[in-house]
This record gives sequence, structure tokens and C-alpha cells, in this order.
Amino acid sequence: MKIHEYQAKQLLRDAKIAVPESIVARSAAEAADAFTKLGGPIAVVKAQIHAGGRGKGTIKSNPEQHGVQLVKSADEASTVAESLLGKELVTIQTGPAGKQVQQVLVEAGCDIARELYLGIVVDRAGGLPVLMVSSEGGMNIEEVAAKTPELIFKEHFHPDKGLQTAQVAILCQKLDITGDSVKSAEHFMTSLCKLFVDLDCSIAEINPLVVTGSGDIIALDAKITFDDNALFRHKELEELRDLSEEDPAEVRAGEAGLSYVQLEGNIGCLVNGAGLAMSTMDLIKLHGGEPANFLDVGGSAGVEQVTEAFRILLGDKEVKAVLVNIFGGIMRCTTIANAILEAYKQVGFNVPLVVRLEGTEVKEGRKLLAESDVDIIAATDLTDAANKVVAAAS
Amino acid sequence: MSILINKETRVVCQGITGRAGEFHSKNCIDYGTQLVCGVTPGKGGQEVLGVPVYDTVAEAVEKQGVDASMIFVPPAFTGNAIIEAADAGIKTIVAITEGVPVLDMVRVYDKIKNMDDVTLIGPNCPGVITSDECKIGIMPGYIHKKGNVGVMSRSGTLTYEAVWQLSEVGLGQSTCVGLGGDPIVGTSFIDLFKLYQEDEQTEAIIMIGEIGGTAEEEAAAFVKEHVTKPVAAFIAGRTAPPGKRMGHAGAIISGGKGTAEEKIAALEGAGIEVAQSPADMGTAIQRAMAK
Repeated sequence: MKIHEYQAKQLLRDAKIAVPESIVARSAAEAADAFTKLGGPIAVVKAQIHAGGRGKGTIKSNPEQHGVQLVKSADEASTVAESLLGKELVTIQTGPAGKQVQQVLVEAGCDIARELYLGIVVDRAGGLPVLMVSSEGGMNIEEVAAKTPELIFKEHFHPDKGLQTAQVAILCQKLDITGDSVKSAEHFMTSLCKLFVDLDCSIAEINPLVVTGSGDIIALDAKITFDDNALFRHKELEELRDLSEEDPAEVRAGEAGLSYVQLEGNIGCLVNGAGLAMSTMDLIKLHGGEPANFLDVGGSAGVEQVTEAFRILLGDKEVKAVLVNIFGGIMRCTTIANAILEAYKQVGFNVPLVVRLEGTEVKEGRKLLAESDVDIIAATDLTDAANKVVAAAS
Repeated sequence: MSILINKETRVVCQGITGRAGEFHSKNCIDYGTQLVCGVTPGKGGQEVLGVPVYDTVAEAVEKQGVDASMIFVPPAFTGNAIIEAADAGIKTIVAITEGVPVLDMVRVYDKIKNMDDVTLIGPNCPGVITSDECKIGIMPGYIHKKGNVGVMSRSGTLTYEAVWQLSEVGLGQSTCVGLGGDPIVGTSFIDLFKLYQEDEQTEAIIMIGEIGGTAEEEAAAFVKEHVTKPVAAFIAGRTAPPGKRMGHAGAIISGGKGTAEEKIAALEGAGIEVAQSPADMGTAIQRAMAK
């Protein structure tokens, strides 16, 4: 689960990790008030959306306006907020449609001496969380990793032991952090590692991490993502979820226990299992088609959930044909066949339907479909299915 | 022989009194697996499917001499269930449960990685099957034919597809292992390459990977140095967009890493026959064997 920068910063503040003073605004007037309240000569107005690259990103209807802007008066804060709120911000991570800005963060300006990078993720290969730092803060860290990997320094830590003082010392040396700043860095790093574990995060990224003129270490930006599998033990985090940031079809699918990702093509896919669902997308593309979605109905879905999956697929106006690809294991082919009949009854099929069934109860499933009056294009294997659905969609 | 499990393996099901645990235990018994008991804390003394239920794995080991476990407990308790099994001396632990928190698996992995004789498969996996001998998991047994191809995969139904294609072209399987779709799982492709390479029954190996992480690249480097048997591979998710999680918690291209292109290049560089289409997995292993 993703959250906004202002929410992540509040979590940092709660954990006594240094962040600049800031106030959330949902209107131009609130932004002006926020500037006055902060009381400084300058502030930064930052669009709040669930995507990175906001500083370079621009407003769709007004390419002159960037997602992050320095302001020097309450009036200016108001003007900038006005030109961001309710508008679509397009960044490298949003896709061409952009994301609507619902709120801005007005943040006190800060005396920046150096910009660093700091991030925590779980390292799959090492089997442990890893703290990564770099002196190349503020930049696109993927680019740093690709071009100058020697400038990224890593320390693994055990979730129950946390980051050790000796590890902080090594990282400080690499980053050329000296004197009183070392203490500030130690507090920052160990506290953030603890927060990462305490809240079951999957990403905690501070870019840039700033060393101020007076030597303090402070988070100028904050990106936190939580492990969805662990949300059950963090009920308090549920209220941070912003459904308006998520694709409505994906939210709807999630509620039905389905895994769905919206894509750009016109061939709807309904598959059981994530690996087979990905392969089905690949197969369609290989045969010259474009998948409209990734949809994994999982193993334990019943007729009602699979019928909901059809409603979501058929509700997408771009979809010109649907491919059902099922290899029954726990999922029975009869469940899928019954769901097809149910969806036909409830919503009807306005596009061609190609069905490939194999596995558990396949004979019974095929029989159910053959004996019904639903118009189905039956396919025998993957290649046959792909050829038929690509032809049907074009 | 085969790897990990065979007709002698004695299996306990942790969570046998749950709906999924009981359903799949029955299927395993029907397949021929020696599933001799179950464990559910607080339900010791009951009987399910004609086998006794114990309160702890230690008791199951003591009374029934079990050496493998199939875990069906809910995600919140899976980490502890794995550790309980390892501490009780179980050698092969197969965790089917989906949705285990990543940091729970970090703790589990940290504990068992130094226990030399313990193999953990999963979590979030279809399980392990040695054709016609022993099935520990949720895969449909009937598609598996006895033979000489070792199959390993990060996905469930895609593995069934691969096995089905192999059986269709007349190639049976030795042992088929689903590693699981989570970021941290107990067993890697490399661990299994070592076992397949040593196994007399296995003559060729197919590896089915997917986007995300670097497990396939590491496996390719290992194959180049240490595996002499024919190897074929397929990578799912060629067309997946970056930053979107494709169902499995592990299947996500992040920071430009973990793309199918990188993986395929590494595999081909190691002399592995890569299936370009998911429909081509059965024929890819035929090509690898003909080389």
C-alpha cells in the first residue's frame, strides 16, 4: 500500500525523525494561511500524488507549472496551490493521463548544505532488510545505481536487532559525515530502520536526505510503502489509504479477492494463477495482440467472484475480445464454466469470447459450455487460443 | 531415485483440521502419499481422514516418525509453524500458505539458512511432487507422468501448463517443485540445480521463472559453471509494465531491475535453451536434450 508524502512525514515525526515543518492544504486559501503560519521568508509548495518525479513533472493543462515550487509570499503560495489543486500532474511515473492533485504540502524552506540519498528495502538475495545510502542525493537513484554503483553503500540488518552503531560509523565515513552530524545521522538511520520493521514497510526512501548548514540530518522528502501481507497487524494504517489514487477497476477487483492490473490494449484476459496470467499477456503480444489487463482469479474463487471478474472485464470499453485461459488445479473448470454462464445471463457478452480450459474437471466444464447457448470460440492449447483471440479482436 | 521426496516419505500436515488443509490432505492420500498424521494446536486427540491429529510437530515426529511437513496454517501463523517444524527435526518443509508478511519470512530464513539438513519450499507455492510416488501440495496429480525431467518454477498454474506440455510430448517428470512467488522463499533455483545434477533419475531440467528479483540471473551463472545436464527455461512477464505488481509479491519490475530481457539474456549466455513462448516449454526441453 502506498501513502502520500505528507502522511509518511507524519509517521517520521511520530518516530522523532527530523522533517521540516509543514502543513497540508486543500485550497488556495489554506495554502496562504499555511505560509503565514510557517512564518519563514520562503516555503515550498508540493503536489501530493502517489508517484515520484513530481519536481520535474508538469500540469497537463499547463506545462509551465511544475509539481514542486518555491514560494516567497502567502500570495504566491495561494497562486501556486490554485494552479496545482484539482489539476492532473504528469510525471515519469504516472503515465500520460497523470494524476489529479487533491492536496498540496506547504513546507518551510530549509538551509541545504548537502543532498544525500537513503533508502531501505528487503534484499531478496540477502534475505534481510538493507539500508542503502549515497552521496548522490536528489538525483534519480536508478540512474546512479546503473552508472556509478560504487557510489551506493549498503548495510544489512536483522529486523529484531536493528542497525548497529558500527554500521552507522561505516556509512558516515563513506558519506563524509563528520563531527556533530554523526550523532544526528545515527539517530536518523537507526530510527528509520526501526520504523521500517515496526510498520512492516516494503520501501522507506528519503531522497533527498539533507545535511543542513548547521549540520543536522533531515528528511526533505519521504516515500513509504507498506507490505500488503502485513496490513492485518497494522489496523491503524488503514486510514492512510487513499482510494482515489488507485485505479477503480483494480480496487473493485481487490474487493472481490481478484488480482487485476489495468493495461492499454484491447484483449481482456481472465486467467488463474499469476504466472500463467503473465504468460497469457506475453502470448497475446507475441501473436500481435495487446492485452487490456492482467487478471488472476486465484485458486479459491467461487462462481460469484469469477462472474465479478467478467463484469470488470466487460465494463472496460476498450475490450474487443476476451480470452479465458484456465489450467485447473485447486480451481475447477466447472466453476469457470458456471461463471461464464452466469455472466452471460447477467451482463451478456458483447464481444467474442475465446475459452481454453484444461485441468481439474475439464470434461465436465467443457460439456457445460457445449450444452449451453453461449456463443464461445473453443481453443485447444495456448497457441490456438492466442491466434483465435487476436483474430477476434481485430 | 528422485529429489526431496519419494514413496518412503512420511508426511504430517500442519493445519489439517482447516478446510484447505483437510481437502488437500485427502487429495495427497488419494495420490498415494504416506500422509500419516496432522497437527493443529489444541486439537490433539482428534482424528481427520482416518489419521491422528497431534498438538505439536514434536509429538508427530516422536509418534509417527514423520520427515516431511505440508503447511496449511493461516498467514499470520505460518512463520512460527515453519520454525516449529524445523525445530522438531523435519527435513522437508513445504509451506503452501499465501500472504505471509515478508519480515516474518526474513526471520524464518535467517534461522533455517544455517540448518544444513532442512529444506523449506515456499511459502506461497503449489508444493512438491515426485511422479507416481509422493505429492505434497495442491497440484492436480493426474497431469504428472513418471519420467526423467526435473521441473522447477516460481509459479503454480504455469507449472501445471509446463508439466502438461511435457507429458503431451512424451516426456515424464522426476520431481516437480514450485518454489513460491514471494520475495523471500526457502529454496532457490540454485539449491535445486545442485540436487537435480546429483540425481540419477533426472536427465534434463526445466526452470520456469518470472520477472522480479535476480534469482534467474544467479541460477544462470551457476548452471554455466556446475550443471552438465540439458537445461531449458521460460520467463513469464515479458510484457509486464514496470512498477506494477503482477499478482505475486515477488513479480515486480522495480528500479529497472528484474526485467524479462535481462533474465533471458543471462540464461542464453549460460547456454540454456529459452522458450520464447509459453506454448513452447515442452519443445524447448526437447531441443535442449537434442543438443
